[in-house]
Amino acid sequence: MSRYTPPEQSKTGQIFDIVVVVVAIFVALWLPLKLGLAGAAKSIDALDAKTWEALGQNPTMAAIWEKLGYTPETAHDVIQNRFHYVIDWPTLIIMAVVLIGYFVFLFRASDREYRDVINEKFDDK
Amino acid sequence: MAAAAETAGTTTIHGDRVSLLRVLGPAHVWALGVGIVLVGEFTGWNFSADKGGTLAALIVCWVVGLLYTSVAMIDSEVTSTVAAAGGQYAQAKHIVGPLMAFNVALFLVFAYTMLEVSDAILLGDTIVAKAGVDGLTHNSFIAATIVVLAWLNYRGVLMTLNVNFVITAIAYVSIVILFFSVSPWTQGAVLKLNELVTPGNALPYGWIGVIAAFQFGIWYYLGIEGTTQAAEEVRSPARSLPYGTMAGMITLLIAAAMTWYVCASLMPWEYLGITPYPLWDAGKLTGSPLLENLLFIATLLAALASANGCINDAARAWFSLGRDRYLPSWFSAVHPRYRTPYRSILFLLPIALAFAFIADLNQAITFSILSGVLQYTFMSINIMMFRKKWPLGTIRRGYTHPFHPLPAIVLFCLCVVTFFAIFLGFGSQLIAMTIFYFLISLWFHFYRYKFVRRGDQFTMPWPKPQGY
Repeated sequence: MSRYTPPEQSKTGQIFDIVVVVVAIFVALWLPLKLGLAGAAKSIDALDAKTWEALGQNPTMAAIWEKLGYTPETAHDVIQNRFHYVIDWPTLIIMAVVLIGYFVFLFRASDREYRDVINEKFDDK
Repeated sequence: MAAAAETAGTTTIHGDRVSLLRVLGPAHVWALGVGIVLVGEFTGWNFSADKGGTLAALIVCWVVGLLYTSVAMIDSEVTSTVAAAGGQYAQAKHIVGPLMAFNVALFLVFAYTMLEVSDAILLGDTIVAKAGVDGLTHNSFIAATIVVLAWLNYRGVLMTLNVNFVITAIAYVSIVILFFSVSPWTQGAVLKLNELVTPGNALPYGWIGVIAAFQFGIWYYLGIEGTTQAAEEVRSPARSLPYGTMAGMITLLIAAAMTWYVCASLMPWEYLGITPYPLWDAGKLTGSPLLENLLFIATLLAALASANGCINDAARAWFSLGRDRYLPSWFSAVHPRYRTPYRSILFLLPIALAFAFIADLNQAITFSILSGVLQYTFMSINIMMFRKKWPLGTIRRGYTHPFHPLPAIVLFCLCVVTFFAIFLGFGSQLIAMTIFYFLISLWFHFYRYKFVRRGDQFTMPWPKPQGY
């Protein structure tokens, strides 16, 4: 097999590639933050009676909350801020398809490249 | 510097090739791994209590411990055989292929850079909370942390990891001191586990909460696999890497168990699940000013050690990409005097700074976890391919992990569970990041790869893989 000789990349091309990668990183990480997509769904299950008993806290727990500087009123939003786990099946299926598709592409495309590497490496010997 | 020149990913001075220095021993490997991870005991793991309750946090502590034990076993075998900078990146390049290697390097860079961001945010928030001064923000502390640690990494790996060894050891000892100071063998005096974790609140969301807790359970140990990044700078990779990684994992399992026990016995789960500094709070709740101050300092040191190790690891992964021309070879320069991948260190610095200012702690941790879990999924498949392409006896391995393929299967299954856990809180984020990796993979496969030499990527003195 003939040895593959890669083209030399110009300085401009190198800078352009760096910019592409940086922009991609920022879009991938920053955009979901900007669009408010990141973060789990929590909401406060409000109670009318804001006492330690109503908040499900026994005397030991209440004493610790007070040591931490909380009152039943200020602790209410912390204690009652709960997750509401709901399985959103369409999103779950999309996630599974995206993940599986990504890994399948990754392994198949890698294998094609890998065969070239192995052929060139071991045919040289 | 006039005599220094760079060609195709190497730096030469006076005609001599300059490479990374082989100066590290097992203690440095331990310091790198545990240093990165130990901050997870000081913040992050406790968010799993928020997700599923205190008992869920304990369950995931052990189950995710199993995941990471599998990671450490697999990693030790492959890395003690593929000893090159970039760790899992170099493994992927030799075992799976270039595109996978490119992705793995990005997983590493994202996981470590976002972990560094989380560390800096934690450090800033902790100082601000301690100061208690109105109007004081964490921004200057975050910037100072990231810049000073980048400078330390720029100046040399030996000094960087010596510093890490000392501050990690102090932070670890503080957990041990806290544990024994609260009379762990006696309930009721200081610790009140029975009154804080009751049948009614142990699993407030049931078993779905336990699965959801996997997301932050990862934080107990995330980054231990970073030991492999030092592969090219340790004096004896075949001995130091397995030894340092395994010792690190044992150290962390003990620290995680002690941390859970003390924290769960000192604060209600609703508070434990939201506090940014559970161990510092535990110190406060003992009523001892000495313990409070010790845990405050330890929280800062753990954050510093972790950020320090993360800069080290992310820069080496980025450096490796440049050296193989997966990214512009400009990144592959080694500093002629300090022998560090200085351009990679400097390049990643503003990225870390930017995200430290736009993301909050919870989000930065999740970014890091996402990339980590993608990487562990790769590792479970990678070891299967490694054993298939080079069965035992065909190449010299520094270490051979037992019970194969059980650790790989366990790792893969736990990764699937963790993906589901992430879906329960950050499903859109996971989809967005995977689409990013997919698009950047297309860019690499169809465009960037033309600049890469083919056969030169395979640098191990191994026979041709079976099946090729």
